[in-house]
Amino acid sequence: MLLEMEHVTKRFGELVANRDVSLSVRAGEVHALLGENGAGKTTLMNILSGMYAADEGVIRLNGEKIVINNARDAIAKGIGMVHQHFMLVPALTVIENVVLGLKENKHFLDLRGAAARLNELGDKFGLAVDPWAKVADLSIGQQQRVEILKALYRDAQLLILDEPTAVLTPQEVESLFAMIRTLTQEGLTIIFISHKLMEILGICDRCTVLRRGEVVQTIDVADITDKQHLANMMVGRQVDLHVQKPRVTPGDEVLKLDDICYTDKDGARRVKNVSFAIRRGEILGICGIDGSGQSQLVECITGLAHATQGSVTLNGKPSNQMPTREILRHGVSHIPEDRHRMAMVGQLSINENLLLMTSARKDFLCHGLYRWKAISTYNQKLCEDYQIKAQGVSEPMTNLSGGNQQKVIVAREMDRHPNLLIAMHPNRGLDIGSTKYIQGKIVEARNNGAAVLLVSGDLEEIMDLSDRIAVMYNGRIMAVMPQQSATIDKLGLLMAGVMPEGMNEHIATNGAS
Amino acid sequence: MIQWTTNFLASTFLISTPIILVGLGIVFSERAGVINIGAEGLMLIGALMGVVGSWATGSVILGTLIAMLSGVFFSLIFAYLTVSLRANQVVAGLALNIFAGGFTVVMNRLIFGVAGNAAKIDVFNTVPIPVLKEIPIVGASLFSQPLPVYIALIAAPLLQFYLMRSNPGLKIRAVGENPKAADSLGISVPAVRYMTLLYAGAMAGFAGAFVSMGQVSFFSEGMIAGKGYMALAAVVFGNYNPVGVLMAGLVFGSAESLQYRLQASGSPIPYQFLLMLPYIITVLALCVYHKKTNRPAYSGQPYHKG
Repeated sequence: MLLEMEHVTKRFGELVANRDVSLSVRAGEVHALLGENGAGKTTLMNILSGMYAADEGVIRLNGEKIVINNARDAIAKGIGMVHQHFMLVPALTVIENVVLGLKENKHFLDLRGAAARLNELGDKFGLAVDPWAKVADLSIGQQQRVEILKALYRDAQLLILDEPTAVLTPQEVESLFAMIRTLTQEGLTIIFISHKLMEILGICDRCTVLRRGEVVQTIDVADITDKQHLANMMVGRQVDLHVQKPRVTPGDEVLKLDDICYTDKDGARRVKNVSFAIRRGEILGICGIDGSGQSQLVECITGLAHATQGSVTLNGKPSNQMPTREILRHGVSHIPEDRHRMAMVGQLSINENLLLMTSARKDFLCHGLYRWKAISTYNQKLCEDYQIKAQGVSEPMTNLSGGNQQKVIVAREMDRHPNLLIAMHPNRGLDIGSTKYIQGKIVEARNNGAAVLLVSGDLEEIMDLSDRIAVMYNGRIMAVMPQQSATIDKLGLLMAGVMPEGMNEHIATNGAS
Repeated sequence: MIQWTTNFLASTFLISTPIILVGLGIVFSERAGVINIGAEGLMLIGALMGVVGSWATGSVILGTLIAMLSGVFFSLIFAYLTVSLRANQVVAGLALNIFAGGFTVVMNRLIFGVAGNAAKIDVFNTVPIPVLKEIPIVGASLFSQPLPVYIALIAAPLLQFYLMRSNPGLKIRAVGENPKAADSLGISVPAVRYMTLLYAGAMAGFAGAFVSMGQVSFFSEGMIAGKGYMALAAVVFGNYNPVGVLMAGLVFGSAESLQYRLQASGSPIPYQFLLMLPYIITVLALCVYHKKTNRPAYSGQPYHKG
């Protein structure tokens, strides 16, 4: 055994993040830590990498008991962690990031020597990155390489990857997996944190499942025959992995975009000549790498921004210059991309957050004052309908888990029986249980005759929910196709701006009709 | 005309020096992510303590050291409030400035009496540089200055190199741009911020001492008159680089110098307008210069571990 963590417990006040967790990792293996959000995976690894101190428990490395008090100790023991949110300084160059905080640094830095060593490492592991590039200018995939190189430069023997695929395109995931194989061939040991079942089956040797801070089981991945079994173990109850989607014949056109362009205040062209239409009873899924113009496109539809060229038609009326209030009145519901920044007011209660959309309802008002009793009763019922777990409607939003916060927002938006539902990354950062629930609700809206625009980076979600799929790259729609003719590989290529063989603009336009 | 130019340049260097000195200090603490509005108050304390020190010891050098130490001392309090207790940096800085205003008045009157300070003290004398002082115009302006002027001009490029190429310099930049990343690599964010703040305090004390003992030879109440704020503007205008601070300091200094020249030459413009000149130029500089900057991403944000 390379690493043994025994009976580790970590508390944050009342909350027990890890309870009596024991984990053993063999040298040279890829060991998965599987669990939902809040299962305690990251906390456990933060203990190992010195960001937190455990309250109880013992850590052994190569059979020897070790004490890790801070990040420096962990690094000295050969433990490196690539955090989900990269610990890079964007304003600095790659090589500056790599040498930052090294204890062998002299007072004045020898960056050239360090760059030579970095290039050597890059060649050895097939991870070449330009040492003199500014980190802010690198793609997410490249930034991840820098993080891995940073750990290798510190002679890491045990590398912890915290949800490394969350931000990558399918092709980047492939190249990450290839990297991981090279690393283990060179004798490194990897701990791979994930809640995606396919990845664990694809790359890992053994898997430890965590639930609510406790270990459920450690199993050999080779012994896993059934993905469903693994999912149930993770969630602790039966979950339905399949989304039930009855056939619906699309109705009238609700939203039509014609040659939309958007140039932001810095003069950057974010959206370029986008045209498509969505009808009642269909879900149009838009996938693409973050920052491909999806946010600006959605803003042009919701009235948070106005298209600089082209026309938006909502229910047959031009809505290009409509203010957001007017657009909402047309039955548009919006689940924004950033829950905390756009969708909710954390300090306000569930009650007040729900009221934000219904504040003008006649039955909620009496001589211009709110009838709080009626409002609470109504919202109470809504919370029950949407299975929101909370102490009561007067609980502040910040106290809820991410999944429950999102359910409140979904409840608020769906309760309006929208003509058009715009859902942007509706399940980002949510656990599998909440994800499946919200996906079900989106399909329900479609079945009830809403047109749905779904923007997501999760290709499985796009494939499961959409009736038609559009791929966005660099502000453009690369292609629109029926769900049946899409594959993950095809979408992945299009997301990277590559037109797959056998596909051409003809198909792209055909699908757009 | 040659005489006018020489005088103009000479006073520009003299007037710019305190702005540059304090700017070279706070550029480091700003890079580490701490907004250091308190520099104004620290300069004021430095100006008084320098005079007191010089008067008590009879040496301008010892006086300046005392000014620097008092800058370090009050910076320590500021650092404790903002780094350890995570108080709002702007509020703590304003508090320090208000405190310094009152503190220096009280101390000045206690030590030198209400009538004001008539005590004769040792001050910075000009140190002409042999040979170079013979050059026309620059000889009499640039190379016939008190020691701190030379220090300010030489320190800027050296500090630039230090910030960009040394190990501590890299840590400082990392702490301001992404403290969490620095923490994950075993760098102590509070330690880095404390060090830059103490250094900035010493520089503010030095700059203050130069105002009271390099430009004049006495302390007067409120004599810093916004030079600390102008240094903050110089840091922004200089794009958070020491050499940039030097350039910006010279621009602001030249504006003030011009204002004096115009007043002396009996300009028909009321002197109140001329007095505004350096401040107007500061404001205009900040208006014109709003490009993408090296402003640290975590500027002004206290760091919570975990």
